[in-house]
Amino acid sequence: MGSDWFEFTVNFIKMILIFLMMVQIVPLLVWVERRGSAFIQNRLGPNRVGPLGLMQLLADAVKFLTKEEFVPARGHSMLFYLAPIAAMIPATLALAAIPLSVPIHVEAFEWLGQNWGPYVFKFQGYDFGIGIVFVLGVSSLAAYALLLAGYASNNKYALFGALRASAQTISYELAMGLSIVGVILLFGTFSFSEMVTAQAHALSFSFFGQPVEISWLPNWGIFYQPLGALILFAAMFAEANRLPFDLPEAEGELVAGYHTEYSGFKFNMFFIGEYGHMLVASALMVIFYFGGYTLYPWLTPATVSSWFADLSPTKASLFTALVLHVVLLLKIVVFLWIFIWARWTLPRFRYDQLMDLGWRKMLPWALFNTVVTAIAILVMRHQWGQ
Amino acid sequence: MSQLLPVLLLAAFVTVFGAALMGLANLLSAKAKKNTVKGETYECGIPADTSGSTKVPIKFYLTAILFILFDIEIIFMYPWALTYGDFISSGYGIYAFSAMAVFIAVFVFGLFWEVKSKALEWE
Repeated sequence: MGSDWFEFTVNFIKMILIFLMMVQIVPLLVWVERRGSAFIQNRLGPNRVGPLGLMQLLADAVKFLTKEEFVPARGHSMLFYLAPIAAMIPATLALAAIPLSVPIHVEAFEWLGQNWGPYVFKFQGYDFGIGIVFVLGVSSLAAYALLLAGYASNNKYALFGALRASAQTISYELAMGLSIVGVILLFGTFSFSEMVTAQAHALSFSFFGQPVEISWLPNWGIFYQPLGALILFAAMFAEANRLPFDLPEAEGELVAGYHTEYSGFKFNMFFIGEYGHMLVASALMVIFYFGGYTLYPWLTPATVSSWFADLSPTKASLFTALVLHVVLLLKIVVFLWIFIWARWTLPRFRYDQLMDLGWRKMLPWALFNTVVTAIAILVMRHQWGQ
Repeated sequence: MSQLLPVLLLAAFVTVFGAALMGLANLLSAKAKKNTVKGETYECGIPADTSGSTKVPIKFYLTAILFILFDIEIIFMYPWALTYGDFISSGYGIYAFSAMAVFIAVFVFGLFWEVKSKALEWE
């Protein structure tokens, strides 16, 4: 995590900031969701508390904190308190492994009579070089939180909701994992930052051994993996338990699913987990298929850092990272909006249709995508007749 | 191990953060008298006679077992996908592809058999 205390502290604060960013985005998204749904349904939505109803977020937070603490008499109180915390952990750990911008290079400097640096601070919590595998592994832990909540509530509806949630999560994880194989085939790496670097130039590929370049298009994954992108995005909806895949909390059948017995801040923590998953899903979509924190031809690490050429190297590196971070955030916001938009547009599936879609349609299509990608890469890149 | 240290630190921080917030909510929250009816399991007003439902349909176990099988098979494709480009550039692309084709054929056969034996049917 660092060779000295300065580096260690900065890295620790960085991780906490990423976590707090995730927590802070929840009230904002709730506001967007309520206002957005209101406009989609031709209503007004919350507009009384503060300008545009924005202070509604604060009012909600106060209400969450002052609600009566309730633990069902027959529930397992220890597990009941543990489940909401467990719901926040997977999304946080996954988000911290995703690069949010280019690394910041800090020159050696003198401070408190000591020499420090030079340092390279990555714009992410930690980097193992096996980003995808770590994110997949950690985010599938989310099923445990839901099962824990359902079991600890000791309530029929909660248990059924939790069972549905876990069965659905693991079923769609297959299609998700398989559609990512196409991405790995394409870029030949597990590292997110290397994928983004590969997308930061003009669309270029080898066509039967002949290099082809289309200079007005960026080298984004979506041009090579349209089917994979569609499957991954649909599977992400199911992973995050969002409509049209929100069977675990189908209120017509299960009251509120696994969080039937939860109220106040404990309920809010499940929300943080769910929106955290949406955030991770959007970030993955952007990094795999839409160029990550770059936007060729205008905003690549090279062009942005040339804007700050007359500043000191440390400052130039910092500003470049911040500009590219904003690019990533704007792209993520688009996907978050699609998540919300779909919720108020599509009806809910029936449970058998849901499992059918996951196992018998999306899994074979993801497999098809993998095989076609492998054949295409072989045909295009192989040195035929040599 | 030192690579995993930040992960453990972050997980510990989230746990402390969550516990602190729940503690704060406990301090600030409205206090109600103990009420046996209120503490009952939510059941549309009918008194609950069982200690919760611990019966789990067998279907869910089957799905979980199938998931483990297929998930492990998919994980085996990851290292192959990672090295596929290297195989092609060193001229062994056809070998790498046909080796995986055999594996995928077994995968497809397994999936086909699951569908055929109605293990994936939900009513």
